[in-house]
Amino acid sequence: MVKSTDLVIIGGGPAGMSAAISAYNNGIRDILILERAETLGGILQQCIHNGFGIHKFNEELTGPEYSWRYEKQILELKIPYKLNTMVTEFTRDKIITAVNEQDGIFKIKAKAVILATGCRERPRGALNIPGTRPSGIFTAGTAQKYINIKGYMPGKSVVILGSGDIGLIMARRMTLEGAEVKAVCEIMPYPGGRARNVEQCLNDFNIPLKLSHTVVEIHGKHRLTGVTIAKVDENKKPVPGTEEYISCDTLLLSVGLIPENELAKSAGIELDSVTGGAVVDQNRQTSVKGIFACGNALHVHDLVDYVSEEAEIAGKSAADYIKNNGMSPGSFARNIIIKTGGGIRYTVPRKITSITDAKIYFRTSGIYRNAKISIKEGERVVASIKKKRVVPAEMEMIKLTGDNIREIKGGIVTFELEGLHD
Amino acid sequence: MYDIVIIGAGIVGAMTARELSKYLLSVCILDKESDVAMGATKANSAIIHAGYDPKEGTLKARLNVLGSEMMPQIAEELGVRYINNGSLVIGFNDEDAEKIKTLYRRGIANGVKKLALLDKDELLNLESNISKNAVCALYAPTSGITCPYELAIAAIGNAMDNGVDLKLNFKVEEIKKNEDGYEVISSFESVKAKYIINAAGLFADDIAKMAGDTSFSIHPRKGEYLLLDKECGSLVSHTIFGTPTEKGKGILITPTVDGNLLLGPTSVDITDKTDTSTTFDGIETILSQVNKYVNSIPFNRVITSFSGLRAVGGTGDFIIKFSNDNFISVAGIESPGLSAAPAIARYVAGMLKETGIRLEKKKKFNPYRKSMHFFKNLSDEEKNRLIRENRKYARIVCRCEMVSEGEIIDAIRSNPKATNLDAVKRRTRSGMGRCQGGFCSPYILDILSEELKIPVEHITKSGGASNIIIGRTKGGEQW
Amino acid sequence: MIKNLTCIICPIGCNIEVEIKKGEIVSIKGYSCKRGEEYAKSECKNPLRTITTTVFTIDGKVLPVKTDKPVPKEKLFDCMKAIKSTKVSLPIEIGKVIIENIEGTGSNVISTNNMR
Repeated sequence: MVKSTDLVIIGGGPAGMSAAISAYNNGIRDILILERAETLGGILQQCIHNGFGIHKFNEELTGPEYSWRYEKQILELKIPYKLNTMVTEFTRDKIITAVNEQDGIFKIKAKAVILATGCRERPRGALNIPGTRPSGIFTAGTAQKYINIKGYMPGKSVVILGSGDIGLIMARRMTLEGAEVKAVCEIMPYPGGRARNVEQCLNDFNIPLKLSHTVVEIHGKHRLTGVTIAKVDENKKPVPGTEEYISCDTLLLSVGLIPENELAKSAGIELDSVTGGAVVDQNRQTSVKGIFACGNALHVHDLVDYVSEEAEIAGKSAADYIKNNGMSPGSFARNIIIKTGGGIRYTVPRKITSITDAKIYFRTSGIYRNAKISIKEGERVVASIKKKRVVPAEMEMIKLTGDNIREIKGGIVTFELEGLHD
Repeated sequence: MYDIVIIGAGIVGAMTARELSKYLLSVCILDKESDVAMGATKANSAIIHAGYDPKEGTLKARLNVLGSEMMPQIAEELGVRYINNGSLVIGFNDEDAEKIKTLYRRGIANGVKKLALLDKDELLNLESNISKNAVCALYAPTSGITCPYELAIAAIGNAMDNGVDLKLNFKVEEIKKNEDGYEVISSFESVKAKYIINAAGLFADDIAKMAGDTSFSIHPRKGEYLLLDKECGSLVSHTIFGTPTEKGKGILITPTVDGNLLLGPTSVDITDKTDTSTTFDGIETILSQVNKYVNSIPFNRVITSFSGLRAVGGTGDFIIKFSNDNFISVAGIESPGLSAAPAIARYVAGMLKETGIRLEKKKKFNPYRKSMHFFKNLSDEEKNRLIRENRKYARIVCRCEMVSEGEIIDAIRSNPKATNLDAVKRRTRSGMGRCQGGFCSPYILDILSEELKIPVEHITKSGGASNIIIGRTKGGEQW
Repeated sequence: MIKNLTCIICPIGCNIEVEIKKGEIVSIKGYSCKRGEEYAKSECKNPLRTITTTVFTIDGKVLPVKTDKPVPKEKLFDCMKAIKSTKVSLPIEIGKVIIENIEGTGSNVISTNNMR
């Protein structure tokens, strides 16, 4: 038996909750959130550190506190959700197969679907670090789960590979729990995480950040006994003779996050090779009409505040789609592709399909000072912003108004950056 | 006192145990590791070779062809995945073409069925992603792929279900010969048996020495592999080899039964029998080789690398012999050992019979074992019926491979019982997907702890001192 | 003396330059909000940090907690010690005070999640 539902949201983390509330506020009542974990909130539940909510609530919250702001609304609005529920299949005609202990395996046919499936961490295998395969190697997020959710200590002397925010946060967390963090190695010449986290998570505890360094060998038969690190050249290749052995029982990997898009793939949704997420328009609609995507499943955000903001767009768009019976208002239709020029790694969205205000998020491909970022049609500047400093770790945004979009005559605009490369 | 003790729970020990479990005999398998299939069986190419490779007249040739023929039925009985995907040896020049013809003739002499020589067009027709530089190929339609550790686990599980005992963490330190048989001694315990079968893989020479046989030695040859994401598994459908060199069959490209793409192995003689580390050079060697055979391999989709050790006997053939009275050594089982294993088991049973042991068939022998992946193969209705009986089949623990808590508990409870994270992984595939256990290992740790009634900090990744966590946070002691 | 700071008040992480002469702050540059300026002042005199960590419940669950105000940086580990030896019983609501005036800092340790 296939049940019908107006809107199914896959994922009950910050993106899914925010999208659900937004869809509700835009008139949709028949909503169902499917969440695979035992609580709503997704990864926020284990992110017990603060730094969430500055933009959204103008105060500094921890992950669980930020999550609760949304969970409370979900409860108050009585938006239905199912926990411990795994979606196992998803087709482009919006039939969802899921499984949980109460319902067994069940199918739902939805009018619209929002993919808010989050992201996963890049594991060791993807790095091809030579050496043995002992225990004691964790992705930073797994270690975070062990410590903050389970109350288990992964180890006591630690090397961290990668200086993404989770890696930095875990350096502090493990130090506070009595472990010795011996070094954080970053293959790039600049930190992967935010400057603030380098300051308060590493510098506060005198943990060395070794830029342009990587782990070149793993040692230990049963449990990790140490790692060999080395300097890398500008092509990220280890420089012979710079090897250094560090004894440790734990290696944390904070080497990148990958949008979780197995369901999107199974539905044949077009993916962006740079972000790993779906290609979407400014309404966060994917290449399949009626399927929307938001949050880290779309592209990896550095701040949850932006996840919530983006999910609101997806929630509203899905609501509009349902209310209009799948028809988009024709007179506003546009088909503009956003191309990335020099200095820009990616933009989300990559398409503009209607004359409505659009927020274009982007990341740069390097560190630049006195940067001017412009959206151009040919030589004409459609919109631009200036930034004293832009870094790849921090997402930036340009707003396009409906009027800006109306002025675009052709089908292509280009995102360009001019500035001093650091 | 057992009738027979088998030392080594790799594929040879496993198949032998299962073969012997058909008879009214008391059998015990010993292994020094915390799980079965932890040596060469754990990490190899997983190919069931057709049998054109070994020299005519060798044991290798005979047992390979026979074993390979036996495999489909054994896999069926044991619920182990086996895919008859066929193999291709591809050649790029005249020299290769000659070698391929030699292989063809050898295969015919060995009794391999359906072998065919292909020209370029036929080759590209069969496998469109092969390099355009290839000029000819040997096609062996009877070749197949399986999962070697799954096969060994299932064979031992089935043997145990039919009465065989298994003792893990049993490292043989000494073997004493008494009037009525042998005493096999570890640092903790000893077992007695009338017959010993030495299937100790890389350590078969050490075990043989304990029984006074110093006639052979085994040295380790390392093979490194790269495993690519499932989305690459359909790049080729056959197992693709280059032409062989004196060092072996060279680097291959093959789909796995799980749908991944496997590249490797390298071939490097080493001295340490426990060194399964991967190396920078090994990874580079694979990357530089496979590009010659197949177009556009997506190397950015590597999900893991690993290495395995082949037990090389140095005689060019399998060494299957009496090392002492009623003491059979099965050694030097390098490639095609996996393919030959069922036939080796039967051969060993024949040797036992020659000694005068009574091989009387059990009436109640059950050749079947439930597949470790049975749940996945059910229809939704059947799954729901099982879920109503046991809700844990509806609780997905491993999200990448969709493994439920019910399946994980099955792996911990059924023979041979999984007692650590890697053992659960080999049985259920939990943790083998694209996140490599990041999401599920914290849950599986708790399930293992609860099922085995062992504190979480004592649960290991793969036995020994490979514990995963060191205790509770907050200094641990308050807990 | 010029002291370069990375502001940790919010995720923007402004680079702040503080000029100090004879132990007194002469000028502060680079902040983009009032709180940034205050942070720079405090960081030069008495650096403060918010602690976020966990406490165990009596039945072994893990409850996230934080200090409701930042505590002096040099007292981080003393505070952690006090937090480590604390156990709570359930149910607990978000915001509940777990430890009052921890280590005399004037800051309370409060629960950051609901748990039952």
